[in-house]
Amino acid sequence: MRSRRVRWLKAVTHIGGLLPLAVLIWLYWQNRLGPVPIAAVIRRTGRYGLAFLILSLVPTVVRTVTGYSELLSVRRWLGLYAFLYAALHFLAFAGLDYGFSFGLIAQAIGEGRREIAGGVALLILGVLAVTSIRSLMVRLGKTWKRLHRGAYLAAALVVLHYLWNYKELRAWPILSGIALLLLLAARLPPIADRLRRLRGARP
Amino acid sequence: MRRIRSSEITPEHVYLNRRQIIIGLGALAASSALAACSSEPDATMPATQEPAGTAEVGAEATAPAATAGPDATAMAAQLQNELTPFESVANYINFYEFSLSKDRVADLARDFRTSPWELEVGGLVQNPKTFGLEDLLRFEQEERIYRMRCVEAWSMVIPWNGFPLSRLLAEVEPTSQAKYVYFETLYDPDQMPGLKSPVLDWPYVEGLRLDEAMHDLTILATGLYGEELPPQNGAPVRLVVPWKYGFKSIKSIVRIDLVEEMPVSSWMAASPREYGFYATVNPDVPHPRWSQASERIIGQGGRRETELFNGYGEQVAHLYNGMDLEKNF
Repeated sequence: MRSRRVRWLKAVTHIGGLLPLAVLIWLYWQNRLGPVPIAAVIRRTGRYGLAFLILSLVPTVVRTVTGYSELLSVRRWLGLYAFLYAALHFLAFAGLDYGFSFGLIAQAIGEGRREIAGGVALLILGVLAVTSIRSLMVRLGKTWKRLHRGAYLAAALVVLHYLWNYKELRAWPILSGIALLLLLAARLPPIADRLRRLRGARP
Repeated sequence: MRRIRSSEITPEHVYLNRRQIIIGLGALAASSALAACSSEPDATMPATQEPAGTAEVGAEATAPAATAGPDATAMAAQLQNELTPFESVANYINFYEFSLSKDRVADLARDFRTSPWELEVGGLVQNPKTFGLEDLLRFEQEERIYRMRCVEAWSMVIPWNGFPLSRLLAEVEPTSQAKYVYFETLYDPDQMPGLKSPVLDWPYVEGLRLDEAMHDLTILATGLYGEELPPQNGAPVRLVVPWKYGFKSIKSIVRIDLVEEMPVSSWMAASPREYGFYATVNPDVPHPRWSQASERIIGQGGRRETELFNGYGEQVAHLYNGMDLEKNF
């Protein structure tokens, strides 16, 4: 029973992970991304990346609150899709927008905290993606767990990157920041213990 | 996004091939060449009927080019980019009174009523006056092809139709007390759904120093691409100040006042550390959160390095002699 549900969860995750990319490629090819396709590609890949990053933090919290643990079987894939879209977002920035002109890219990063926050987040996600290989996960043991808490740091940096992208304060970056704070709060030991007790589990 | 039928779009090549004499920025083409032999800043100003060269303003362009016909091709060529397609100009717009999404503005502004329209000009003037659109169109309309550089690090090359603001100001006769010009956009919540958003204090206001306002490059635009201004682009009358970031070029103006004190613009009020009064395009002064060193070329793709004063330094640098542009951002 469990394995069948897990298979379904994985299927849904992969469809959800690849469909936005397929649609984006199709819209790009059809030239239906509005007056400035580059801007649309950058915007969409960035939003998908942040969405998957936040989703990847949900399974652990769901287990804490409800005891339901099967979502953990797709956590790795959610994180990998977050990295995929983050990497595409960076490639669109460096390639489509900057034409791989390294001087201009270096200047953009050197003079922009928006770019620095995004760049550091991408590096963290890269490390997490590489260390998500099962053999490394086993070998790293406790260190792996601590290392992968870096997902929260990456998510916080991505929210800042998103917030700093606009001239003014916008609703979506703020809402994603609130979602991240709630998920982080649920992981803090005193709160997590209370949540577990609420559903009658021993801490 | 409103999809524009292809029949509505002036194809760029057709537009550019008009053998029509265009008055305006022609002299800018020759400015880099002229600069070498002229110390008089006014000599490089775009005087009417001045023939345009085909020289590029690029760093390597030093030799004065033969004076080809002063047509749009030459004016666009010396801006180093093609004209931005009409579809991009009319569909990628920051006009927060309608929407925060650049590609939704055109749709939301479609039914914007621009007639009748009243532009009240007053304050420290001898001769306060209210202009209807027909009064504004009575000023001799010129075409000016300007690069518009947004503070968000993108740019377009747009053929505007309009007239120098100085001519309108001359009619109202500013008094000797007047030091600045204050501009205000229409505030109409019934027509402008974006006004519900609290991102800025409405109405949108802007300001220029009087000498900036009187500069010949500063125009009130009433059209673009030879057509009347589309509502989303700030119809029926907007400011265009090409050497400053786009947010200075206030749209759908209903009020102009001559004042003594420096006006506080909407963006200065929203975030004084990030947006200043002058807002001159400057690749060496980054926005606190992003670089201004280069800009995305809308329509054409690719990027270009941003130029000081958006490339209009020959004409306007003297306005800022002795000023620290890093402090007066």
